[in-house]
Formats: sequence, C-alpha cells, structure tokens
Amino acid sequence: MQDGPYVLEARGVIKIFGNHVALDSVDFGLKAGEVHALLGENGAGKSTLIKILTGVYQPDGGGVFVDGTAVSLDNPLHAQTHGIGTVYQEVNLLPNRSVAENLYLGHQPTRFGLVDRRKMESAAKVLLKRYGLNIDPGSELGTHSVAVQQIVAIARAVELSGKVLILDEPTASLDRNEVARLFEVIGDLKRSGLAIIFITHFLDQVFAISDRVTVLRNGRLVETRELNSVTRTDVVRLMLGKDIAFSGATDLEPDGPTTDVLLDFRGYGRSKSVQPFDLTIHKGEVIGIAGLLGSGRTEMARIMFGADPADQGSMSLSGKPTAVRSTSEAISHGFGFCPEDRKAEGILGDLSVRENIVIALQGKLGWFRALNRDEQLEIAGKFGEAMDIRAASLDMPVKLLSGGNQQKVILSRWLATDPSFLILDEPTRGIDVGAHAEIVRTINRLRDDGMAMVVISSELDEVVAYSSRIVVMRDREMVAELRGKNINPGIIVQAIANHPDEVQA
Amino acid sequence: MKRFNLQALANPQLLALAGVLLINWILFPNFFRISWQDGRLFGSIIDVLNRGAPVAILAVGMTMVIATKGVDLSVGAIMAVCGAVAATMVVAGYPTPVAVIAALGVGIACGLWNGFLVAVLDIQPIIATLVLMVAGRGIAQLITEGSIVTFNDPALIFIGTGSFLGFPMAAVIALVLMVLVTLLVRRTAIGLFVQAIGVNRAAASLAGIRSRMLLMLVYALSGLCAAIAGIVVAADIRGADANNSGLWLELDAILAVVIGGTSLLGGRFSIPLALVGAIIIQAMNTGILVSGFRPEFNLIVKAGMIILILLIQSPFATQLFVRRKLVVTREAGK
Repeated sequence: MQDGPYVLEARGVIKIFGNHVALDSVDFGLKAGEVHALLGENGAGKSTLIKILTGVYQPDGGGVFVDGTAVSLDNPLHAQTHGIGTVYQEVNLLPNRSVAENLYLGHQPTRFGLVDRRKMESAAKVLLKRYGLNIDPGSELGTHSVAVQQIVAIARAVELSGKVLILDEPTASLDRNEVARLFEVIGDLKRSGLAIIFITHFLDQVFAISDRVTVLRNGRLVETRELNSVTRTDVVRLMLGKDIAFSGATDLEPDGPTTDVLLDFRGYGRSKSVQPFDLTIHKGEVIGIAGLLGSGRTEMARIMFGADPADQGSMSLSGKPTAVRSTSEAISHGFGFCPEDRKAEGILGDLSVRENIVIALQGKLGWFRALNRDEQLEIAGKFGEAMDIRAASLDMPVKLLSGGNQQKVILSRWLATDPSFLILDEPTRGIDVGAHAEIVRTINRLRDDGMAMVVISSELDEVVAYSSRIVVMRDREMVAELRGKNINPGIIVQAIANHPDEVQA
Repeated sequence: MKRFNLQALANPQLLALAGVLLINWILFPNFFRISWQDGRLFGSIIDVLNRGAPVAILAVGMTMVIATKGVDLSVGAIMAVCGAVAATMVVAGYPTPVAVIAALGVGIACGLWNGFLVAVLDIQPIIATLVLMVAGRGIAQLITEGSIVTFNDPALIFIGTGSFLGFPMAAVIALVLMVLVTLLVRRTAIGLFVQAIGVNRAAASLAGIRSRMLLMLVYALSGLCAAIAGIVVAADIRGADANNSGLWLELDAILAVVIGGTSLLGGRFSIPLALVGAIIIQAMNTGILVSGFRPEFNLIVKAGMIILILLIQSPFATQLFVRRKLVVTREAGK
C-alpha cells in the first residue's frame, strides 16, 4: 500500500458483533484534498467502518489514526473535535428551525449569554454564499429542497469539523440537477483541501467525482485503487467478488424456450420506482435478475407481485390481459413472493412454523373456509419434510429458527398455495451452506416441474447456474436481457457496469 | 386427560382470580353467599358479575383490537354516544328495538371511523382513537342537549337490570357476546389473520391478507361492543349521562385485556381470559368496597394489586420460576 500522509486512517480495524465478524482487519487511508469512494454491497461493512471512523462504535482490534497519531474516538462529538464530520442520507437537521439556527445549533454566537441572532444570521449569509446558496438564513429549513438542506448539512459539518467530511449516500433522494449542484460543492471543498469519503450505490457518481476507491466485501478490504486505473467493470467485479476471467461459459438452458408463455409484461412500470420494461416469461423458466443494490431489482419484483401496483403498461397471463392491483389479487392468479428482508417482510416471528406455512394458503381460501388444526399440521408437515425444515416442533415460534430454516418456511408457505409463478428476492442471502444448497435444489426442481420463476440474486454464479435468461437492472431501468449459451458472470458484470449498447453478449 | 385439565387451570389469570376471591372471602366472609329472591340470584359474587359486565363487553372488542397491535381509547366515549342515542330515541317515542338497533349502528359507524383512520390513513391507533375519545363526549352531549335523559321504557330497562335464569342480564349478554365472538374468530380464519397482522403487518399483507379490510372490521367490532356496553349502562341507571357514562372504562378494558395475557405488542390473544381479567378488576373493586378500607385507599390498593398480577405474568417471573424449579431439581438430584 502506498504510504501517503493520511489525514484519517484505519489500521487493521476489527469489529465483531456477537459471533459475526463485521470488519476483519480492514485498512483504510484518506488523504487531504481527495474524494475517496467507499463501495460495497449490503453487509460489506461500509457503515460499520464509517461508524468506527466517527466514534459511534469502538473497534475490537486495530486503531484509528488522525494525522498519524492514534486516537480513541469515544463518540461522534469527540470525532468532531478531531475534525471529522458526517452527513447522512436522511438530513439530520431540524426542519422547523431557521437555516442559520441549524448551521450554528449548539455553538451559537452569544451576547450577554443570549443568542445574538443578527450576528448569527449575517455569519450564516456569508457562509452560505461560499456554498453558492443565496437563501435567507432566517427562513425555515424545511421550506427548502432536500438538496439545499443537504448542502446546509454539509456546511454545518465542515464548519464544525473542517478536516474530514463523510458523506453517507448523500445523493439517494436527489434528482439529476441537484446531484450536479451537490457535486460542485464537493469539488470546491476538495480543492480547499478537505478530505472527503463518499458512499453511494451509483457507479456513475463514483466516476464523476472520486479520486480513489476502496471496495469492501463481507467485512474485508478487497482493494483500494486510483480511480483512473480502473474501469467500471473492474469496480463491479471487485464489489461482487467475481475474479473470473471473461471466458468459460456456463451451460445454460437451450435458448428460446419451447414451452408456453405464462406471463407477458409490456411497458410495465411504476413512476418514481421502475422505468417501464418488457419481459416475457415462459412456463418452466427461471429469469435471473442481476444488478447492484438500489438498481430497482426489488422494486421490479414488488410491481410484478402487486405489492406496489404498476401504474403503466399491461400484463397478460396465459394470453389473457390481467391486472394485479394488490398482493391478494396476485396470489389468486397463482403468484408467490419471497421478500428480500425476511425478518421485516417475510416471517410472522411470534407465530408458529405451522401458522407461518399455512398463512398464504389460508389467505387464498378466505376467511370462512378455515383450515382446522389437523389440516394445518398435515400441510405444514408435508412441506416441512419436503423442504427439510429443521424445527423441534411445528408449533414452535418461527423466530427461533435459523435464517436458512426461516427461508425454507417462507418458500413452503408459497409452495402450499400451488403457485404457477414464484418471485424470489435474494433467496439465499445470509443463510447457511446447507439451507443454501437446499434452496438452489428446490429452484431447480420447481423449474423442471414447469413453474415460472423470477430470482433476484447477487450471487452471479448461482444465477447463471439456474436461469435461462438474465435481466440486468441499472438505475431503476431494465438495461439488458441476456440470453443464450454464452452468458457467464463476467458478461453480467460488464452489463451491470456499462451502458446497454456496449453489451452485446 | 386429568393432568391436562389441571395444567389448564394453573394459568396465571385463573390463579390471580382465585387469589383475589380468596382475599375477598377472608375480608368479608359472606362474599360467596348467594340467595334466591324474586326469581333471581343475589349476593356479592353475582354483583361482581353484574358490575363487571360493561368492562367485560368492552374487553371482547378490545382484545381483537389489541391483537392487531392497536388500541381503542374511544370505547368509553362511544358508550356515552350510544347510550344517548338509545335514550333519546325511546324518549322520542321510537319502539325499543329501533332505538337499540340505531344505537348499535352508531357504535359500528364510530368503530368504522376509527378503522378508517388506522387502516386507510395509517394514523397510529392511540392517536386515531383519541380523536373520538375526546369528540365522542361532545357528540353525546349534543344528542342529550346537555342534560341526563331519563326514560321509563321497560324493555330497554330490562337489558340493564333484568335477569335470565336468575343471572343478571348484563352478565348474560357479556357471556353470550364472548362465546359468539370467540366462535367467530376461532372457527374462521379471522383469528389467525388478526394475529398475523398484529405480529407483522407488512409480512401479512405480502402473504395476501387484506389487512385494511380486516382492521376496519376489528375496529367496527370494538365500536359494536362499546355500543352494547353503553346501552347496558344507560339501561341500568335508566338514563343517558353524556358526561359520566363509560368514563375511564376504556382504561379498565385495556387493563382487562392485558391481565388476560394479550400483549400490547399484538399477536396471540384470548377473549375468554380477557373476560377473566374484567372479573378480576371488578372483584378487586367490590372487595375493596366491602372490606371497609377508607375510600381514599381504594385506587392505591387497586394499583398495587394490578402491579402484582402483571408481575406474576411477566417473563421475568416465569424465568425466575423456571430457574428455581431447575435449582430444586438439581438439588434433589444431588
């Protein structure tokens, strides 16, 4: 590693939560006058690293150095006195107070022990001008756009700390013009010698303003590189951990499935969520959806399932035009959906394994055709056995099961409804190897039985292994549909990184 | 089989009820004496059932609301509104059934309003039902035009003071309502769906449960129960008192449900045990009254008892009990 004069540095930082290693000997160095992008998929350890650098967490090993001297940061306030300031995705300011008050909250200029409002507002005016904002400092912060609030938050952070600025997904809720404006501010700050850490999911933005990039994966440092020495494809490959060469095609299903069309989406989309897409799904076909986090993968799944109904385009089911306006409608058409966030949207934690398995079938049957306890036990037992659910009893609360077994319960829940179309969002994330294999086996078995499936996954090798076609999402848009024998993870990575016209597999 | 029955009896609610009744008996030896007079039963224990009936009726609906992770603060006020509707209508000369049905309809409408705020507008239940808790008494006063509307309609009065097979009518209504609603939710899938919504509404919706519709219905049921309680109370005093009818009873109903073991975090629920909770509360009230404590101590004694009952049910106590049992067995093994 190049030994620069680092303003802020983490050396061999280790952080352990319970028996989960969130950060494993991570090195990270930040130079003055650079914008340093920090990248990684969910769970890679970005936010844990940031929280250690800002004193929210204390490292379990290794150390944090400011200007080369070891420091122990007890809390964010303490980090601030060392010159480290943070701006979060959600603006952490008071929308009902004035802009000036927000800038100087906690250290207002005073006169005779009282806040000197006039002095504060004139100082705020001067400060805001440096950021290209010509707004009334006495106006309420909440009346301004998110971009302006974001810049105010940056101004406050720089004012308070002045050495290091950490921007945690600052552009997530901004539109294109607002992003451009924010980038101007960031550029100015960089030229003035500030060290900036920039976290985002948007690769375009990384390449627009960053000088160096550090990629984390599964709590480990993958690499820190000069940005002008890497391509987008390299970065995506580092993030997803595909160190494969662009050769060695995996065997896929024969192109052009011969089975009947089950679903046909035309210009299907939802404003502010996913751009309209066209997609045809045949019986017995698995469509893999690839893309980085925040690319619109989950949104696409939710639209198909009616959890967020489409507001444009049309869909036909077995040739008949059909509308899916709610999840219960989707289920009555034979759809099923395993959500990405198992705990928040999947399991009913306090209810039993049995109840968790029968709930969707019971929902389909309605209120008055209730399954009695024996029927419930039979159904739960049947699918529990087929999926090899390891539970001491079918009457134990599902929250006591391991993640992998919970996932099997949710899969069983849908299989019990005898679906014709199943949407699986990250079905193998965060589960043990055994359950992982079982779920992949199940996907293959269901496909061979003629079920149509859409599987969203970051595990590209896996997607390639069971999909007959792969849809690539970027910036909430379907940018490519890869088919044919020659798909391999390398091509997918390229499609995720590049513009659609550059991808010709 | 015998063993199973014994275990069922050993649940904390029934133990607490037995404890409270025992204390009452010690303080007031005539507590369990029941006499037959004018074709009906009399005695302290019958009085407990009769006085506890309004809270028991409220607790039926409240249990379902709390199982969805909600709460209904408006039931006391809905009681006042519905009592006022029934009273003013019989005074105005409408036939009793019409007045009663109108009052029940108003209760359901109030419940649907709560349900609309909670399910469609996604307002937190405690705030959503606070609206009607405050406004309801005003509405009741508008209906009664600020006075206590008294009536002499024998059919309506029978609902509050009559008897069936010797038991007070109010208690019979509470029991029948409990049985009907329990059958409704347990014999259909409604009970399971309500639990699912209470445990995780997002997951329940993704599993295809129409949670909005169900929430509206649950709040409507709570409104209906409040209407029944309101009619019972009005019939009992032969008048509709907009200011005092059902005052603070929503809190007793919530307490009854919690004593009955239904968690405010939603999920598993039991309507019969909520009724046991209502009887425990009333038995304490009656016990304190007959034991001759100075009235100013009543509320404090009641609070102390409630803390004790909730403590017995808490996971902490369970843990303590289980650990002690383990220690005992381990020592026995030595």
